[in-house]
Amino acid sequence: MNYYDIIFYLFAAVTLLSALMVVTNRNIVHSAFYLLFTFFGVAGLYVLLAADFIAIVQLIVYVGGILILLLFGVMLTNKITNVEIKTGTINLVPAVIGIGLFAGALLASVINAPWKINIAEKTFPTTKILGTLLIQEYLLIFELLGIILLIALIGAASIARK
Amino acid sequence: MTVGLTHFLVVSTLLFSMGLYAIITRKNAILVLMGIELILNSANINFVAFSRFGNFGYSGHLVALFVIVLAAAEAAIALAIVLNIYKNMSTVNVDEIDNLRD
Amino acid sequence: MYESTLINLSLFILLLPLLGFVVTLLLGKKVKSVFIFENLIIILTFFSSVYLLYSKLANFRTTKISSELEWFGFNNFITGTKLSINLGFMIDNITAIMLFVVALISMLVHLYSIEYMKGDERYNRYFAYLGIFTFSMNGIVLTNNILMMYIFWELVGLSSYLLIGFWFEKKTAADAGKKAFIVNRIGDIGMFAGILILFLTYQTFSFDKIFSSISSGVLPFNSDFWLTVTGILLFCGAIGKSAQFPLHVWLPDAMEGPTPVSALIHAATMVAAGVYLVVRIFGLLTADAMLFIGVIGMISAFIPATIALTQNDIKKVLAYSTVSQLGYMIMALGVGAYQFAFFHLVTHAFFKAALFLGSGSVIHAMHHEQDIRKMGGLRNKMPLTYWTFVISSLAISGIPLTSGFLSKDGIIASSMAFANLTGHYLFPIFSLVVALLTAFYMFRLIILTFHGEPRDIHKFEHAHESPFLMVMPLVLLAGLSIFIWYTPNPLNSEQGWILSKWIEKPTVFTPERSRFDFMKSSSDEENNIKQSYLDAEVYKEAMHSAHYPAMILSELMAILGILFAFIVYQWKKINADSIADKIKPLYNFSLNKWYFDEIYNKTFVAFTIGLSKVLAWFDAKIIDGMVNGSAFLTKHFSFFIGNFDKYVIDGIVNFTAYFNGFIGLLVRRIQTGKVQSYLALVIFSLVILLFIFK
Repeated sequence: MNYYDIIFYLFAAVTLLSALMVVTNRNIVHSAFYLLFTFFGVAGLYVLLAADFIAIVQLIVYVGGILILLLFGVMLTNKITNVEIKTGTINLVPAVIGIGLFAGALLASVINAPWKINIAEKTFPTTKILGTLLIQEYLLIFELLGIILLIALIGAASIARK
Repeated sequence: MTVGLTHFLVVSTLLFSMGLYAIITRKNAILVLMGIELILNSANINFVAFSRFGNFGYSGHLVALFVIVLAAAEAAIALAIVLNIYKNMSTVNVDEIDNLRD
Repeated sequence: MYESTLINLSLFILLLPLLGFVVTLLLGKKVKSVFIFENLIIILTFFSSVYLLYSKLANFRTTKISSELEWFGFNNFITGTKLSINLGFMIDNITAIMLFVVALISMLVHLYSIEYMKGDERYNRYFAYLGIFTFSMNGIVLTNNILMMYIFWELVGLSSYLLIGFWFEKKTAADAGKKAFIVNRIGDIGMFAGILILFLTYQTFSFDKIFSSISSGVLPFNSDFWLTVTGILLFCGAIGKSAQFPLHVWLPDAMEGPTPVSALIHAATMVAAGVYLVVRIFGLLTADAMLFIGVIGMISAFIPATIALTQNDIKKVLAYSTVSQLGYMIMALGVGAYQFAFFHLVTHAFFKAALFLGSGSVIHAMHHEQDIRKMGGLRNKMPLTYWTFVISSLAISGIPLTSGFLSKDGIIASSMAFANLTGHYLFPIFSLVVALLTAFYMFRLIILTFHGEPRDIHKFEHAHESPFLMVMPLVLLAGLSIFIWYTPNPLNSEQGWILSKWIEKPTVFTPERSRFDFMKSSSDEENNIKQSYLDAEVYKEAMHSAHYPAMILSELMAILGILFAFIVYQWKKINADSIADKIKPLYNFSLNKWYFDEIYNKTFVAFTIGLSKVLAWFDAKIIDGMVNGSAFLTKHFSFFIGNFDKYVIDGIVNFTAYFNGFIGLLVRRIQTGKVQSYLALVIFSLVILLFIFK
């Protein structure tokens, strides 16, 4: 049991527990705050996977952007003072059974699969490599993504204004 | 047992299951969106993990990056839709929106 | 002048009266004066036909112009041959002359009818019918194939039917129309059969092609006998149309139609179509067929002549004389006097039209009185009518200086020559007897009508000469009965231009073995020109030796007949009634028209009625019974089917519907419309699939 392992278990626990809180908490605002921890934990896992740039982007975009967006959504669709902010569940029993079976099957296959491990060399920082790739091999996709973002912004504004 | 690919995959699987659970069981549309984000995160963990343990270069990183970008776009659109639904039906409870039945 | 000009002109002549017919019929009810249009049309037709006759004789006197176009055709893809049905025109001198005669008489009758029919309620329709008649008659004359001739043949039959029954309010007129139509059909069946045999054998309707096939030895069913049969069958059409024995009964009844119609259709043109037909098919007649035709013609000449002796209706007498004269023509064809037959057709058309129009004038003056016993003394009141009538009667009796003498004398001479050549002496004997009878009854008619004291004073007082439009045709036609139009020598028609120049000599195409001896081609093959039998030495000699005896005998007969008529009716030396009493059975026999109508009524008509009664009974009992039985069966079967439908089929259908509804009820609960439940179901299915394909 080295430090790496300890840190991994730590982050994994943070991620999974907070995610559990997200999906089970009746209060939406609380769920949103728990989601913060989930994203944070995932970012830590990225660091453990030697993906420094992705980890930073995860923090900036998810925590700084998407989560704020979700909170705005919560605030715009629920009055804070209202009890309605607490929300219930449906399909509980079939969902638990179905997802349990599904997760079980997935876990069994993930654990039993004979993965071929070929660990890559660690290189820090990855920023330069990713940047090179982005404007060389993945240039087209990069541009398309930009367009998609633009369209999504315009579309979101237009839908929300109606 | 040292931490390897399987550990990350297990975490990602559990995260995926919880996202699925949120999507299926929660009434509030915002929570459904959060479940989607969880699923996307679990997928991202998989990408990066395979990239790390499979020696596929940095493509996994880039795909994860793209997914994050798309998630941002999706979140914006989805929230706009949710707001629109709220404006039209004055509710964001998914179970009450069953116009698809008719 | 090209041949195509004549063809186009003849097409023009053919279609003009049709235009007149259509316009007059369509506008007849609205425009009262449309008959003027029809008259103008017919005058134009006449002048066109005059021009056609002139051009033909002046430019193409010896050529035969014909033109054909395909009507429709059948391709035989197996043998690769094509069977085409053609329409076409053929213009030879006979056609041109005939066209002229038809157009002239048609025009005169049109003009005459303007006065005669005045005040009739269907005035315009009358002219329309005359128009379609002229059209159809021109069609018969112009055609070059027997199919087209048959079509127009039926069309003249139709117009004849329409015009006989023109005053259809009168039952006798309607009946006469029907009778004419039906009796004509009987003859036409024979003609149709003949046409079918020809078509079956030669795959063509064209006269020329049929003739050339016959002369190259192709015969129906490869036998002379069937060629004879074909000729006789075709002649059946002529029997019907030309009112020959035994189908002559319709023509006297046809006098129910307006008198101008009788003049045009039932004296001059349509009834001559039968003769024209025989003229056209002359080339395929075998000796046997010709003998048959001659005998029929002889009988038809004799019987009506005897009937005409005792008739009291002015038009009936003329009608029987028409049958008799047509019999002459047919007989002439039978004895091979082709050119005289056609010549007599032309001359007869003129003087008989004059006679009919004259009788129409008398009837018009006497306010539709037709019984000659109530006439008399009209000579001074109607001088023009009288004199034209006398000239025409002289012509029909065959007195010299008239056209009738030329043609009739020719026929009698030919029959004598024929008798000398073949030994059939009945032909000249009967033709002389008929000449006597003809002269007698014609002058009986004249004396009773125009001479003596008026027997019906009241009607006599009102009688007057007819108006110009009615007298003009009479004068014209009587003028055409003078010899000068036909020949410079009043005693010998052979020198006339019609016979020597205009009428083509006939050619016979039948095999040598089935011809009369005198028709066989001369043995001297050196000149090798296909010469007509008329130019053969044998025939010329026979004709020459028969010429003077025939002339003398026929004149004797005619003068005897006229003299006898004057003795009996003018000078009353012999009392007609006492003679009639003495030979009462014969007199009644003649008066009742040899009881033909009665015999036909007792036999054919009764048989037909009886047969139709039997068939009606058969229909009513057996066919209807079968129909009712099948209806009964069908009805019950339908009941069964209906119940089966109602309970079994409907049951199955309803059960299916209920079952589906039930299933739907179950499934509907899954269909919540909530996205999340769908997703849950998807997860379940995914899990199941995972476990299946583990």
